Amino acid sequence: MISRIVILGGGTGGTLAANRLRRELGASCQITVVDTDGDHVYQPGLLFVPFARVRPDRLARPRARQLRRGISYHQCPADHVDIGARQVHLADGTVLPYDALVIASGAALLPGETEGLPRAMAQGRAFTFYDLAGAVALREALAGFSGGRIAVNVVDLPIKCPVAPLEFCFLADTYFRQRGIRDRVELTLVTPLDGAFTRAIASRELGGLLDRKGIGLVTEFNTGEVDASAGRLVSFDGRDVSFDLAVVVPIHGGQPYVGRSPGLGDALGFVPVDEHTLQSKASPDIFAIGDAADLRASKAGSVAHFEGEILAANIASFLAGQPLSASFDGHTNCFIESGAGKALLIDFNYATEPVPGHFPGPIGLPLLKESRLNHAGKLAFQWLYWHMLLPGRDIPGIPAGMTLAGKHVPAAGPDHQVTS
Amino acid sequence: MSSMVYAGTEVSVNDEGFFTDPEQWREDMAPEIAREADIETLTDRHWQVIKFMRHEYADKGTGPSVRALSKISGVSIKELYELFPKGPAKLAAKIAGIPKPRGCI
Repeated sequence: MISRIVILGGGTGGTLAANRLRRELGASCQITVVDTDGDHVYQPGLLFVPFARVRPDRLARPRARQLRRGISYHQCPADHVDIGARQVHLADGTVLPYDALVIASGAALLPGETEGLPRAMAQGRAFTFYDLAGAVALREALAGFSGGRIAVNVVDLPIKCPVAPLEFCFLADTYFRQRGIRDRVELTLVTPLDGAFTRAIASRELGGLLDRKGIGLVTEFNTGEVDASAGRLVSFDGRDVSFDLAVVVPIHGGQPYVGRSPGLGDALGFVPVDEHTLQSKASPDIFAIGDAADLRASKAGSVAHFEGEILAANIASFLAGQPLSASFDGHTNCFIESGAGKALLIDFNYATEPVPGHFPGPIGLPLLKESRLNHAGKLAFQWLYWHMLLPGRDIPGIPAGMTLAGKHVPAAGPDHQVTS
Repeated sequence: MSSMVYAGTEVSVNDEGFFTDPEQWREDMAPEIAREADIETLTDRHWQVIKFMRHEYADKGTGPSVRALSKISGVSIKELYELFPKGPAKLAAKIAGIPKPRGCI
């Protein structure tokens, strides 16, 4: 019998899941991928657009072309999932019955959830580089910026690529230095976190980098309002930060259809899944991959990549009526651009925070340390993305599970929480 | 880890004062924990939030973020900050006797 697999989302997670499942299950399954538009954007490239270091038209490719032969692509917004009837209803009236459903529709940007932010964006006072149009608009604004205060603000967590706001600050520092006006620009990172990053050792290292580059850091700032006319961010507890130009990472949530599918998502529209098997807590025939899931792992392309192998194995087991044996460990791997042609690399999982050392083993790229090699790695990654990640291939020498080889893990990490 | 005495009963707390065993919490301890955080009186609105925190913890194993708390409880984020100044999710969790909400990464 042919199994029907429906995948909602043709981004990083959905595409690589479809390709892995097709390769592993062959003609025994019929795979349909659904997305709202035809452009697959290489999201890690968005960071470079505002600094005119990449041409925006080089970042997008057709979604359907990234899928293996034999996979159907249906371009239409999803309306809702009927969990009981095991059907997906699309906005054009199409009904797709499924034996297994993969939620891979990522995270949506919700600027409307922050008071004053839509107006500030419409008036050209606030920008975001988290989508292509926004990144291009910000490029124009930065080109015309001759001095003043720039506030880089993360409104709330979770967000995609939690290191991107830091990278933006580092790259802006380099950008204004190269233009010879760095001394006329005040750069401040305004974050709800209590430091530069979520995990202790990396937070210290990255906080130190901000400091050395003369970038201000305002912590535990929960933005309640963006006041465009006065040029200030106002926090819920009444503090404010003045700006001439605000670079805002808007609130993230799940896609609207998740909210219209009773039982599927949580209060923010993300899909609760078992953090190891990636199986939905709502129904055993539903799985989630990438940003759409409510995992405590980063919302990052590397996470979707590492999840891919586990997801494909567990869906194959589920369809065969066998127990799910593959387990995701929270593995995340991120290059962090630090400006001036250098980058850091972090590699971590649920249990191990980012630490110094080398990756993927004792001989390799330096971890949590600035290096030109890492910058070269970040640039090379774009090729790997289109030719290895999306096709759903393993990267030689880099298994889905994190390894401790090459890592210098402190005996009792400061991240370690004593709970008993 | 250390211990505190609330409402005449010794309970285990972590370095930041969060309960390590939510089972040890009783309603009559809440006003004392609140006073330590400069909340003199717990109103019905405070209690509504505290009960939500307990319920969410029992349901999901962690307290909600401020935004999720607001969406689920129907109390606006602004009001949450008025009720629990500085950090509603953390402070309400502490008063409700549940562990510090797991931060997102």
